Parts: sequence; C-alpha cells; structure tokens
Amino acid sequence: MAALSTPLDVQEPSSTTEAVVDLSIADVRQLNGALHAPDVAEKAPSWRVTNPDGRHGIAVGLDAEVTVEIDGHVGYYCAGMNKSATVTVHGNAGVGVAENMMSGTVRVRGNASQSAGATAHGGLLVVEGSAAARCGISMKGVDIVVGGDVGHMSAFMGQAGRLVVCGDAGDALGDSLYEARIYVQGSVKSLGADCVEKEMRGEHLAELAELLAAAGMACDPAGFRRYGSARQLYNFHVDNASAY
Amino acid sequence: MLRESATFDRATIADIQRAAETGIYDIRGGGAKRRVPHFDDLLFLGASMSRYPLEGYRERCDTDVVLGDRNATYPLHLSTPVTIAGMSFGALSGRAKEALGRGASEVGTSTTTGDGGMTPEERGQSKHLVYQYLPSRYGMNPDHLRMADAIEIVLGQGAKPGGGGMLLGQKITERVAGMRTLPMGVDQRSACRHPDWTGPDDLEIKIRELREITDWEKPVYVKIGASRTYFDVKLAAKAGADVIVLDGMQGGTAATQDVFIEHVGIPTLAALPQAVQALQEEGLHRKVQLVVSGGVRNGADLAKCMALGADAVAIGTAALVALGDNAPHLDEEYRKLGSAAGFYDDWQAGRDPAGITTQDPELADRLDPVVGGRRLANFIRVMTMEAQVIARACGKAHLHSLEPEDLVALTIEAAAMARVPLAGTSWIPGQAL
Repeated sequence: MAALSTPLDVQEPSSTTEAVVDLSIADVRQLNGALHAPDVAEKAPSWRVTNPDGRHGIAVGLDAEVTVEIDGHVGYYCAGMNKSATVTVHGNAGVGVAENMMSGTVRVRGNASQSAGATAHGGLLVVEGSAAARCGISMKGVDIVVGGDVGHMSAFMGQAGRLVVCGDAGDALGDSLYEARIYVQGSVKSLGADCVEKEMRGEHLAELAELLAAAGMACDPAGFRRYGSARQLYNFHVDNASAY
Repeated sequence: MLRESATFDRATIADIQRAAETGIYDIRGGGAKRRVPHFDDLLFLGASMSRYPLEGYRERCDTDVVLGDRNATYPLHLSTPVTIAGMSFGALSGRAKEALGRGASEVGTSTTTGDGGMTPEERGQSKHLVYQYLPSRYGMNPDHLRMADAIEIVLGQGAKPGGGGMLLGQKITERVAGMRTLPMGVDQRSACRHPDWTGPDDLEIKIRELREITDWEKPVYVKIGASRTYFDVKLAAKAGADVIVLDGMQGGTAATQDVFIEHVGIPTLAALPQAVQALQEEGLHRKVQLVVSGGVRNGADLAKCMALGADAVAIGTAALVALGDNAPHLDEEYRKLGSAAGFYDDWQAGRDPAGITTQDPELADRLDPVVGGRRLANFIRVMTMEAQVIARACGKAHLHSLEPEDLVALTIEAAAMARVPLAGTSWIPGQAL
C-alpha cells in the first residue's frame, strides 16, 4: 500500500479554465494531492474528473472553495470530510458519500449506497435518486435532501441537522434519534426507538421550503410530515428498558 | 461458626441486592478486577554462565521505538516504548488531558485522544498526539485529523470488546456536549460499530481514505479489544494498518457495565502471543508495530511485553494513578463516596476527589497539570529504567532485543498462554517437547 508521489499532470489548470483529470491515466492519490494544494482555490478552482469507474476515496479531504465535477460512478467515501468544496457526481455513489462532511455541497445525480452523509457535521448533501440504508447515520449537523427513497435505519442516532426524504423511508427511521429533524413526503415503513411524528408548524414548513429550494427539488412542503426524538431515552430509566 | 459461601459470597449477595433495589446494572470505571493469568506469572532468566549481562549504568540499553514506518511519510519516533492510551476529554477533565500531554512530551512519548475529539489543551501540550477515530465520530474534524501525528481507528477496547462508549449525563457538561453535538445531560451511549464500514475489506478502503485525506503523512493505527486476537490482528494488518494496538481485558474504561468488564474479552497475557504469531505468519512482525495495553503497571510488565514481541505498550489506569488517582491523602473523601483510597473506580460518576475523571470545575481545579505532568513523566522514566535493568540483566542492548527465550512461567496457565516454559522445565503446554 505505497503512496504514489508523482505530481499530477492535469490539462493546464488555471483560474479561468477547468482542470481535467482522467482517472484512467492518473490515480486517485495524484488527484487528491493536487486538490489539497494550499493554493488550489486561486490557481485552479474548477475541476473535472473523468473515468472514475467506481474508484474509492475520490476528492476526499478537500478544504478549499473549488468545484469538482465527476463524470461517472464513484466508489466508497467520495467527498469524504469535505470542507468548503462543491462536488457533483454525475453518476451513482458508493458507501459513505460525503461522510463526515463539514461544509460545502455534495450532489449525487444518481443513487447513493449505504451511509450517505454519515456523521457529517455541516454542508448540504443532495442525492437526486435514492439512498440506501443508514442514510444520515449519526448525522451531526448536515442537511441531507434525498429525491427518492431512503433505506432502513436512516438517521440512526442522528444528533443534529435535517434529513429530507422526498420519497419513502424504510424500517426504523430515526432510531435512537437525538436532535436531528426528519421530513418525509412519502410513506414511512416504521419508526425506530424513540422516534415520533411531530407537528409540522410554520417554522418547519419554512425551513423545509429552504432546503428543498437549495436542493432544487420541486416538492410542496405541505405534503411532508415531520419526525423527531421523543426524548424518552435520553437518560436511562429501568421502565424504558424494553425500548432499547 | 459463620461459613461464607464460595458461590454466594458477600460481593455476589451485594450485587443481587443492588440490582433488586435499583433495576439497573452496575456501571463503573477501571478494568477487570478478577484474578487472571498476568505478567506477574512470568519471570526473566537473568544471564549467568550461558549468557552474559550488560553493565548497569555503563553499557547502553536503548529504549527508542519507531511506530508506523510502513506507509507514513512521518512515523512517530519515540524515546520510550511507554505510550499513553486513548482517554477522552469528557471521561477526563481538560486539565487531566493537559497533564497527560505534558508528561508524555517530557519523556518523548505519545498521548492519545479519545471519544469526543481533540482539545486545545491536549494538542498544545502533546509533542506526539494520536487522534482516535471511533465509531461515534464525536468531534471528528478533518482539521484535527491533519493536526494529529497519527490516526488510531478504534474497533474496540479490552474492557469491552464489542461494546460502544458510555458517558453518563452528569459528565455531559456544556463543553462536552458542544464538542460531541449532544444535548447537555444525556446518558451518552456511543455506537459500537463504525457507521460507514463493516469488516476487513471495508476497513482497507477506510484506511486508504484516511491516508488520502492526510496525504499519506501519518501512521494509521488500528486498536482492537482482545478477544479473537489471532484473526483480528491478521485482518487488521492485511487491511493496511501500520500499527496495531491490542488492549487486554484488564484495560480500563471510564464507564462500562461491570458484567461486561469482567466477562468479555481475554487477558492481555493470552492475547499478546496470538498477535505476534499472526504478524509473524504474515511476515509483518516488527514491520507492523504492536502496541500492547491492559494492565501494564511497571517496568517488569513493559519488559515482559517486549520479550513476548510487542514494540511498545500503552498505559491508561497506571497513568491516572501517576497523576494522583486514588491518592492516600484523599481517603476521607473517597470514603464519603462509599469507597476508599486504593479502591475508587466510580470514574463514571464525575465526582472524583482527585479532579481527574470529572467535569466539575471545582474538582477539576484540584489537579495541577504541571505537577501532574511531572508525576507522569517520573513514572514513565521509572518504568523505562526498570525495563532497562531487566534487559541489561538479560544481556540485551535494546529493549526490543528481549525475547521469549528470556522468560519462564510460574504457572501452567501462564506458560500455555505466554508460550514459554514452566519454570524449571522445558515444558510449554500445548507444544511438543
């Protein structure tokens, strides 16, 4: 498992033209190394990645206001721990897209595998298709908008942030939820422990409208229902033991 | 004449009574208290006719260690193989974390964060800081990842292999809650599995992601609680770990169910040879470094770990005791809490008179991080010198030159676990004569 140290030969990156990295020629280490350059936002703010072919760890650890367009499907952890950058996947994403994102925007034009946006602290993750199980698991402040459905155990132990599901949600939605808020337009197969439906008040409709607009989803907020923590399991009590 | 039952002894009866009264299992700090085969069951064979020793104080016996040189641009170069185990801010006060950093830095070794992230006190005072990457990802921040000197992916700990973290509400203060993005006062139950990977194939991809994020600069450790050690070590090494941290069941915890601590996992002595065997079979012994923790208390334990094939050790409970935990002068205060100096293990409660396992500002102020750091540095120096005394007596010019051949066991159980002969015999249980 040795790191490659060869500098990346991209197509004339500059502040005015788009840098293009073909991953059938370059490797992920070269791409990420170039994207981590301290002056990347000034010298090459726009990037295009071609032939990702499901490779893992593409555009991870970005910490600059750059735009990365990825033409194709990506593997695990694309845009992991993203800060400030805008990453768009023109394809499907593997496990843990935008995991632990801090800020910026990550958009998946297709579907996302498990654990999309896991533990993310901030920023906006948009999945235009559907997201598999554990979408938003342990989310810590991120906003996630899913155009289709989400799989089981989504927002498990969600601590903060908002999860918007324009389609249906699978089993055990919001299990062991802390303070994350969940909006679902379609059906919910089942709610997890300590997750309950809550009243949709004006402030919730307003924040949902903002999230949908930011994600570019043409849905009516009035058609959604809100879910959150009943806060019954925050402190252990023997009478709640059967809920765990 | 009163006769106490061996099955229903007083402690067992008290446990049943407590459970019946409270309806909740017992939660405590520390590691396994039961007697298990341990390093005390091993002895060194000092040199005599067939081996010759080195002169104490005159001939060199080096103690330095390099951790993580398999892939990282910047491996850790430590002056002593005694490192500080992962302990969280939250479980410990900020001043305690600072003291650990000060003490470790003074003697040229590393300290480690814990669940809940990295504090400025700790980073500021730690020359070598290992940043833990835990299932909860509380406080996980890529900036801190880049500021760290190494990354430790935690799969488990010896006190509770298979269990997640626990921090009770009385320690979830405003600062702790803020760092962990939790409501104040909740009984925090951390996840026991990582949220975005499962199994060794995923771990390999996760390790690569962390390397990519940090540009392959930092060693990546994998920490496991001792249970199926042989297989876990093989899988972790093959997944790409630079360093494996192996924590036996005597390893401490800030808060865990007593039944978990006492009944899950295996002793450090039983786990260490399995780990070495796994690495040797992969051709990775000494290439993937092995850090062992769980009941390491003195230089003899350190030397025995080295002889059995470890590259370094980590101390947690012993480090807290060095800072001042369970100090005799606090006995009266411990007794007010229903304990006594030498017995206090309610580290989960946040009422620690020593000011170490607490978030209470008044209690925390009792620990002077400069004094605490100095005490810890003294202790690590003593441990290191004790190990050197033993190594020289065995004729070894470096602690890493100690070997199983230098050891014998006092009991059949220890001989079988450590895979060294029973003292006075050539018999290693389980191996052909």
